[in-house]
Amino acid sequence: MSLLEVRNLSVDFATTSGSFRAVDGFDLTLNPGDITAIVGESGSGKSVAFLAMMGLLPWTATITSDAMTFDGHDLRAISPRERRKIVGKDMSMIFQEPMTSLNPCYTVGFQIKEALRIHLGMDRKARHARAVELFEQVGIPAAETRLSAFPHQMSGGMNQRVMIAMAIACKPKMLIADEPTTALDVTIQAQILELLKSLQEETGMALVLITHDMGVVAETAQQVSVQYAGQKCEQQEVTALFSRPHHPYTAALLAALPERATTKHLPTIPGVVPGQFDRPKGCLFSPRCSIATDLCGTTPPPVGGPEIGFARCHFPINVTAEQSA
Amino acid sequence: MLNFFLSRLLTFIPTFIGVTLIAFSFIRVLPGDPIIVMAGERGMSEERYAELQTQFGFDQPIFIQYWDYMTGVLQGDLGQSFVTKKPVFDEFFALFPATLELSICAITLAILLGIPAGVIAAINRGKFFDRALMSSALVGYSMPIFWWALLMIIVFSGILGWTPVSGRISLMYFFDDVTGFMLIDSLLSGQKGAFASAVSHLILPTIVLATIPLAVIARQTRSAMLEVLSEDYIRTARAKGLPPARITYVHALRNALIPVITVIGLLVGTLLAGAILTETIFSWPGIGKWMVDSIYRRDYPVVQGGLILIAVMVMVVNLTVDVLYGLINPKIRKA
Amino acid sequence: MSDATLEAVQVERPGRLKEFWYYFRENRGAVIGLYVFLGVFFVAVFAPLLAPYDPTEQFRDHLLQPPFWQEGGSLSYALGTDALGRDLLSRLIYGARFSFFVGVVVVVIATTGGITIGLIAGFAPRWLDTIIMRLMDVILAFPSLLLALVLVAVLGPSLLNAVIAIAIVLQPHYVRLTRASVISERHKDYVTSAKVAGAGRLRLMFVTVLPNCLAPIIVQAALSFSNAILDVAALGFLGMGAQPPTPEWGTMLAEAREFILRAWWVVTFPGLAILITVLAINLMGDGLRDALDPKLKRS
Repeated sequence: MSLLEVRNLSVDFATTSGSFRAVDGFDLTLNPGDITAIVGESGSGKSVAFLAMMGLLPWTATITSDAMTFDGHDLRAISPRERRKIVGKDMSMIFQEPMTSLNPCYTVGFQIKEALRIHLGMDRKARHARAVELFEQVGIPAAETRLSAFPHQMSGGMNQRVMIAMAIACKPKMLIADEPTTALDVTIQAQILELLKSLQEETGMALVLITHDMGVVAETAQQVSVQYAGQKCEQQEVTALFSRPHHPYTAALLAALPERATTKHLPTIPGVVPGQFDRPKGCLFSPRCSIATDLCGTTPPPVGGPEIGFARCHFPINVTAEQSA
Repeated sequence: MLNFFLSRLLTFIPTFIGVTLIAFSFIRVLPGDPIIVMAGERGMSEERYAELQTQFGFDQPIFIQYWDYMTGVLQGDLGQSFVTKKPVFDEFFALFPATLELSICAITLAILLGIPAGVIAAINRGKFFDRALMSSALVGYSMPIFWWALLMIIVFSGILGWTPVSGRISLMYFFDDVTGFMLIDSLLSGQKGAFASAVSHLILPTIVLATIPLAVIARQTRSAMLEVLSEDYIRTARAKGLPPARITYVHALRNALIPVITVIGLLVGTLLAGAILTETIFSWPGIGKWMVDSIYRRDYPVVQGGLILIAVMVMVVNLTVDVLYGLINPKIRKA
Repeated sequence: MSDATLEAVQVERPGRLKEFWYYFRENRGAVIGLYVFLGVFFVAVFAPLLAPYDPTEQFRDHLLQPPFWQEGGSLSYALGTDALGRDLLSRLIYGARFSFFVGVVVVVIATTGGITIGLIAGFAPRWLDTIIMRLMDVILAFPSLLLALVLVAVLGPSLLNAVIAIAIVLQPHYVRLTRASVISERHKDYVTSAKVAGAGRLRLMFVTVLPNCLAPIIVQAALSFSNAILDVAALGFLGMGAQPPTPEWGTMLAEAREFILRAWWVVTFPGLAILITVLAINLMGDGLRDALDPKLKRS
């Protein structure tokens, strides 16, 4: 049985001028130990889908789905109390901004031990021992003394390590890392990714990596799902995706990687992700797509089969004769 | 922490000099001759005028007057009242406990009701309770408290006859001033009914004086809570699966209290201003009424000295709040 | 998959003013406040047409007559008369004029002065900034009503002096507010780019930075409008504001004080008028704050 099963998840936000659909028909299946990357530009609804699963969205959000189960629990019908037993224990999450994601009024030690007490009911001594162990595990030097530091006394990289320690404190079955390296220096980014990967190998938890950075994807993930404007436009195994992208958007993202650049100027994707007020009628990517036709502008594209990576496109690219047959 | 405290203390000095300058210049720089004003309708003879001028040093150049005054102030000599001939300093500290007692009761009431109200309103945002609470807070905030006091007197003293209209205690009780706080002294005196009388005199002024601070604290707590509840670290706390009560009271409230404490500190200043009206209406023998009476009587040394003492008090309160702020906000403490 | 959403209609992005009005209108209290405020404004402007009598005319046969619904009242003096036989309704209607005058003048003096000083402090070299801010600290060290009271006592009690005193006392809040937002805006990229583009200092101050600091100042202006009305009424109540027989609401209350237990109406109505006006303005102020402060907007 799969660890996480999400079918047709949609999230709407109530705003000034009617509702805005941030996530549109999101699907994901995750087995224990999987590493999946969710890729997309800012505003493509990647984080929102997972915040919805964690139950962390504000009251303005309306969540609908055909199925949403985690580890045998139906997340749609779960009571808040039951959800709190899972969230932070079996399913945990780290966020983009380590500097603001920790409470400035309490020491990092307090914030880690708190989770241990609530979920595992450890006594004071056991909590302290476990916290030290966790700090060593995530590579924080001088763990004993660092436990009594406040978040503002540490660097962003250190704080992100604290966040990770906190997230893995109760040995979760799934860790969602929401742009864990975006706010960090490039040198620190690699360290954090390396840390996440090694922790995944050690513990065997499933890892979801939400990112906009194809480079990060290539280094870490097994499965990749590409999101655009709230919709999934393609999903493939990582090597296949890099060698044979089927959706023009994926292709454009890959072309924009410096390592893969063939021209003197780095290619870019013109325009931005459509917002609430400029959503196209047909294919959401059509205004920015280099191979779009009139059809793309008027009719939403169908979702392809697994052989073309579920590409949501009228004219999937890199399709061999046998696949199209 | 010590450095922080000392640097705050240093800003105290220029502010204090500014305060004395303002209090000093009021009666000298602005139009109107204080001695003529003092004489009132009757007027006075040339000789008496000259005599008084020398007595108050008004014939000296202005900076020498200021120098003399400051030397006195730094030695605790703020001059004598024109009316009672007693030192301003002594009068102030004789009346201060009355104001302090009233203010402490009022701010305690405001904090005890205001913070929980604000927290409950914030977590029930948009619901009936929130609306009802915030509407009443806005009414309280908009209240002309001198009118509010009169209404309370009409209802509770006039119609219901529950509480006395003025003073600190019924005239039938006499006992020594031990602490200056009527609530404590009446208990210490051991006289039957004295404490009850002190309480019944205190109730209306306390409610009236607490009204605006209560509204301000409730509103400030609510908005600080709402702001904090949308912070990233609250999302982290929720992602840890903490129960809502723990998130509200441990993670959110501590952060939300930081601006609330600042506001409470500022309110103490307002409270003294509010005490001017409240004390006047309820004939409460405190600093506020003393100042107003002195202004009516043109008792300039008292007005001058009172201004300085009140300003110093406000400054001390603000300093205390700053230090408290440093204690609750680790960012300042360790930085 | 769900096709319904893909047909999402093309919605125009709302304009700034429209958006402001949307948020403002969403706050029902603010809209009510606005209507009441406009109502009081209307009454103030057309007071001579609306008031049944001259506010100082004394009807010696009708001293302390209760409002019309009470025993002994009559519709010709709808809200009753005061101790000198003056029609309470007429006095209240004329009183609206003074409250408006007070609010407008105080806000104009305090904002123009406060914003200018605040901008100067925000852009000035450190020493000037320090001097200005210390001066504001000094003014703020005095409880505002007390300082205003002493100022008026020295200048001589009158409505105009009360207004001046209140404006001076409220000024430091604007200075602090403006300076704080200027300092937080000054180092933002758009200011740097304006500087690089060669904008002069005055242009930077008033054209580039000021408009971005306006939101909190506008809210503060609404607040001090109501504060001014309250404080001037308080001064009037203490006998240091408008002088009798001016039908200023605070002064009316002071005159009515001795009849507090005999004639409830002479005490109740002027205070109610103050409360309603101040409440309306504060409701509007809250609406303004919600509409201008993007932090509290729904995401």
